[in-house]
Amino acid sequence: MKRLSRLRRHKAAGPILLIFALFTIGTTFQVASAVDQGTTTAASRSALIEEGKRLFLKGCSSCHGLNAEGQDIAPSLIGVGAASVDFQVGTGRMPMADMSQQAMRKKPVYSPAEVSALAAYVASLAPGPAIPSEDMLNYERDGSVAEGGQLFRTNCAMCHNFAAQGGALTQGKYAPTLMGVEPKHIYEAMITGPQSMPVFSDKTLTAAEKLSIIKWIKSAESEPQLGGVALGRVGPVSEGLLVWTLGIGLLIGVAVWLAMKAK
Amino acid sequence: MSDSRDIELIKDPGLPEHVHRSTDIDPKAAKRAERQIAILFALSCIGTLLLIYSYIFISDETFIFIPVLGETNAHQFGLGMGMAIALFCIGAGAIHWAKTLMPDEEVIAQRHEFRSPDEDRAEFVKTVKEGAAGAGLGRRPLIKRTLGAALGLSGLTPLLLLRDLGPLPKDELTKTSWKAGTRLVTDPGDRPIRPEDLEVGAVAQTLPEIPAGEHRKLSDIGKDAVLLIRLRPDEFNLDAERFSWTHEGIIAFSKICSHMGCAVALYEQQTKHLLCPCHQSTFDVTRAAKVIFGPAARPLPQLALTVDDEGYLVAQAPFTEPVGPSFWERDS
Amino acid sequence: MTARERIAGNVAGYVDDRTGAAKWMKKNLTKVFPDHWSFLLGEICLYSFIILLLSGTFLTFWFDPSMREVEYEGSYEPLKGLSMSAAYASTLHISFEVRGGLLMRQIHHWAALIFMVGIVVHLLRVYFTGAFRKPREFNWIIGVGLLTLGIVEGFLGYSLPDDLLSGTGIRIAEAIIQAIPVVGSYLAYFAFGGAFPGEAFIPRIYVVHVLLLPGIFLALITVHLMLVWYQKHTQFPGPGRTEKNVVGYPLMPVYMAKAGGFFFIVFGVTAFLGAVASINPIWLYGPYTPGQISAGSQPDWYMGWLDGLVRMAPPIETHAFGYTISWNILIPGLILPGIMFTLLALYPFIESWMTGDKREHHLLDRPRNAPNRTALGAMALTFTLVCLLNGGNDIIAQQFHLTINQMMWFSRIGVIVLPPIAFIITKRLCLSLQRADRELVLHGRETGRLVRMPNGEFTEIHEPISPEKAWVLTSHEQLAPLELPEHDDAGVRRPKALKNRLRNRFSRAHAVAVPKATETERRELEGHH
Repeated sequence: MKRLSRLRRHKAAGPILLIFALFTIGTTFQVASAVDQGTTTAASRSALIEEGKRLFLKGCSSCHGLNAEGQDIAPSLIGVGAASVDFQVGTGRMPMADMSQQAMRKKPVYSPAEVSALAAYVASLAPGPAIPSEDMLNYERDGSVAEGGQLFRTNCAMCHNFAAQGGALTQGKYAPTLMGVEPKHIYEAMITGPQSMPVFSDKTLTAAEKLSIIKWIKSAESEPQLGGVALGRVGPVSEGLLVWTLGIGLLIGVAVWLAMKAK
Repeated sequence: MSDSRDIELIKDPGLPEHVHRSTDIDPKAAKRAERQIAILFALSCIGTLLLIYSYIFISDETFIFIPVLGETNAHQFGLGMGMAIALFCIGAGAIHWAKTLMPDEEVIAQRHEFRSPDEDRAEFVKTVKEGAAGAGLGRRPLIKRTLGAALGLSGLTPLLLLRDLGPLPKDELTKTSWKAGTRLVTDPGDRPIRPEDLEVGAVAQTLPEIPAGEHRKLSDIGKDAVLLIRLRPDEFNLDAERFSWTHEGIIAFSKICSHMGCAVALYEQQTKHLLCPCHQSTFDVTRAAKVIFGPAARPLPQLALTVDDEGYLVAQAPFTEPVGPSFWERDS
Repeated sequence: MTARERIAGNVAGYVDDRTGAAKWMKKNLTKVFPDHWSFLLGEICLYSFIILLLSGTFLTFWFDPSMREVEYEGSYEPLKGLSMSAAYASTLHISFEVRGGLLMRQIHHWAALIFMVGIVVHLLRVYFTGAFRKPREFNWIIGVGLLTLGIVEGFLGYSLPDDLLSGTGIRIAEAIIQAIPVVGSYLAYFAFGGAFPGEAFIPRIYVVHVLLLPGIFLALITVHLMLVWYQKHTQFPGPGRTEKNVVGYPLMPVYMAKAGGFFFIVFGVTAFLGAVASINPIWLYGPYTPGQISAGSQPDWYMGWLDGLVRMAPPIETHAFGYTISWNILIPGLILPGIMFTLLALYPFIESWMTGDKREHHLLDRPRNAPNRTALGAMALTFTLVCLLNGGNDIIAQQFHLTINQMMWFSRIGVIVLPPIAFIITKRLCLSLQRADRELVLHGRETGRLVRMPNGEFTEIHEPISPEKAWVLTSHEQLAPLELPEHDDAGVRRPKALKNRLRNRFSRAHAVAVPKATETERRELEGHH
C-alpha cells in the first residue's frame, strides 16, 4: 500500500481531520464575518456621511454652496470641523432664521441624529475641530470654579458680561447669554469661534481651563438670588430704572396720600 | 387790556368754609380711625418680631419661594421685610393719626418783612465803619500789607504739605515693562506662547514674562496688558513697517484703551474689529487698530512681535508710544 | 395738675432757666407749614441722608479700606483662594458672614439712589414752581451744591468695595484727571499716590466719603433747612393765600406726626427695596484688575448722563508743540458739566435779569403760567435725558434689538436737535393750558349737557366754576416785558445799549402769555348771554 493511503487509514486521522475542519471553518467564518463587519462599519459611517450630505444639499447648500465651498452670503464649511456643525445646528442657530446680523439661538430644526449626520459630512470634507467626548467634558471633576471665574472675567466677560448674561457688539451683533447652554456647546463655541466670537486655542486656553470656565458658568446659572430679585444681572442700569419707577413711585404715592384731606 | 377803562380783576374769595371730617363729627368714625392706627402700630411690632426671629433662627442657607420674587433667601427676606414693615407701619400709623384725628383746621400765620428797618441798617453801617476806623487799617497801610503777606504765606503751607501725596510722574506714563526680547505669556497661567499655538481667528490675553516667584502689581498690569490676535497675513492692510511688527499673521496691541483706559478685548472675528465696552470706541485690527467709531482719538499702540530662539513669541522692542489714555506731555 | 404734668413742668423749667428755650420753642412749635405733596420731596432727600448716615456707620464697623492684597478665605465658593484687595474681601465678609450685613449694604446703596432721585425731583419742583426767586436764591445755590456733592459722594461710595465695575469707573475718573492740561499727570499721580491703580486711592476716598463730605453735607443741609425755616415755606396760590401769609398746619402736633411719619415711610420703603431687590452684587463682578472688563459697564444712574456725554463725544484731540489736549475727554467730562452746573446755580439771577423782577415771591407759580421758564426746564431735561439714555446705549441696544451705532448717532444729533424742539412744544403747551384756563373762567365748565333753544339752536350748558377755582386760575401775575431804553433823552446811544436790547428781547420772550381772564370780561359776557 502507498504511504498516503496507509496514513489515511490511521486511527488518528479522523480526529485530526475533524480538528482541522473545525479550525478551518472557524477561522474562515471569523475572517468572513470580520470582513463583513468592516464593510458594515465603513458602510454605516459612509451612510452617515451620505445622510449628512443629503441633508446638507437639501437644507444648507442654497447658502453654503453645493460643495460647502461658501458664497457671499455664507462662509465655506471646509475645515470647520464636526464641532462647528454640532454647535451651530445643535443650538438651532443654523439654518439661520433670517438674514440679519447674527444667527440666533433657537429651537433646533434637526434632530440629534441628523445633527450627527451633518457633522460627519462636514468633517469628511477636511480636518477640523472634533466634537468633544463625554470624558473631555467632565467639568465637575476636572474644573475649578474659582479659577473658572477668574478666566471668565479675563477672557469672556468683555463680550458676555460679568454674569454671562450677554452683551452688545457693534452694528447690531451681540454676544448671547450663556444661561441654559449645554456644556458641550460652550466647549465647541470656544474651540470653533462661531460668527463674531474668536477662537480660544487649546494651547492658550487649555482644556482644563475651558472646563473651569464651564464649571463657573454652570455655577453662575444656579447662583441663588442672595440679596433679592436679581434685576437681570446687568448692573446699575436696571437698578436705576427700579428706583425711578417703583422707588420714587411708592414714595410720591405715600406723599400724595399724606397731603390729602381725610374724608 | 390796552383801553383806558379800569380793568377789574377776579377777587380772592378768602379761605373756604372748613369741611369737617367724618372723624370730627361721628365718634364711631373716630373710634374706627383709632383702631386702624393701633392696627398699624401693632403690625409694626410684628415686623420687628419677624426681624428678630429671622436674625436668630433662620439660617442664611434657607431658600423659599415667594411669588414675583422667585427663589429667595429666607434669612435676608425675613430680616429685610421685618425691618421694612416695622418702619413703614410706624410711619403709616403716624400719618393716619395726623390726617384723621389731629386738628385739621387751617391756620394762618403772617409773613414778616426780612428787610431790616432803615435805622437798623444805618446803625449797622455806622458800627462797621466805627469798628473799621478803630482797627485803623485805612490809616496804617504797613499793617494791612504785612498782615496780607503773613496770612497769604501761611495759607500756602497746606498746599506744600500735600506734595508727598504722590511721586512725580516723570516719564513713567511713557514706559511699560516691555523690552526687546520680553516673552509674551498667557494671562492667567504665565505660559509662553508659540505662533503655532494660535489658530487663525484666535485671541489670547497676554502679559510680559516676569522672573519666577515674582508677583505682578496691578499698576504694572494696567500698562502691560497686551492682546494677541491671529489673522491671515493677507488680511492685513498695513504699511511695511507695521507689517514687520506682525509675525505670521499674529498682531499684538496694548489692551489698555487709548481713550480712557478700559481693557479692550472684545474682538469681533468676522469684521476684525475691536470694541471697547466702556464708550464703544471701535478699532480696526487690519489697519493697526485705527479708530473707526466712537470717542477714542488714537489707535491702540501696536507691540512689535518676533520669535526667540526657542520659537516663543517675544517683543521686538518696547512700545514706540505711551499706552493708555492721553496726557498733556504726550508727544503724539 | 397731674404728677406727670408736674414733672414735665420741672424739667422744662430746668432747661429754660439755663437756655431760655421756652420762648423760641413756643414760637417754633406753632410754626405753620403749608400742605402739598410736592413739598415732601425735599424731605425724601433729608431722610435718605439720615438713613445713609445710620446704615453707613454700621458698614464702617466691618469695612477695611485697604488695597493690600489678601487671599480670599471666606464662604463664597466661586471666589475661594483668589487674590483680591482687603477692601473687596471685607465687603464680601459683610455680605456673607455678617448677619444683616448684606441687607445694610443694600439699604445703604438704595438709600443713595433714592437720595439722588429725591434731589432731582425736588429740584424740578422748586424750578418749575419758581420757588428759587427772591429771597430763596441762596437756598437754590446750596441745593445745586448738594446735588453736585451728592454725585461725587455716591461715586466714591460705590467705588469703595474695589470691584471690577467700580474699579473701571475709577479708571475713567483717573483718565479725566490725567487729561487736564499742564497739571493733569501730576494731579493723577498725587491723587493715586503713583501710577493707577496704586494702593492709596481707596483709603483716601474712604475718608472723603465717610468724614469730609458728610461733614460738608451736614453743614449745607443745616443751612438749607434753617433758611427754609426762617424764610417760611412757599405756598401754591389759592383762596386766602397771599404773598404776606402762610396757610397750613402747625408743627406740633400735625407736622411732627406727618413729617416724622414720612421719615419712617422713607426708611421703610428703602428697607423694602433692600429686602427684595438685589443691588451692587459685587461677588458677581469679581475683584478689580485693570486687565478685565465687563460688557455693559455703567456708573450709577446719577452719573449715567456724564457717561452718555463721554460716549457720544467726537474723537477730537489736538497735538501741538509736543503737547496733547484731549477735547474728547475734557469737553464732556469737565467743561460741559461745569457750564451746566454753573448755569443751573445762577439761574435765579439769570431769570431776574431777564424779567427785571426784583421783588420777593412767596406764592408759587403754576408751571403753565411761566411758559418760558417751564420750556427752558423742559429743554434742559431733554438734553440730560438724551445723555442719560446714551449712557446705557449698549444695554438698550441689546434689549430692544437696536445697534449701539444707531444709538450713538441718535444721541449725537438728538442732543442738539431735540432740546429746542422740546422748548417749542412745551411753550406752546403752556400757552394752550393758559387758554384753557381762561376759557374755564370766562365760560365755565363744559357739562356735556345739550339744550335746544326755542329758535332751534343747540347749545351746551356751561357750569360756572367756583370762586375758589376762579381765583386759583387768575391770581397769578402777568408781567409786562421790560422796555429798557437804548438811547437817552437827548437821543444819544447809551453805553449799555446792546445789553439792554438783549434784555428786552429775553423779557419779551419771558412775558409771552395768554391774558388772564378778568372780572370785567366775565361781566361783559354775562351781559351777552
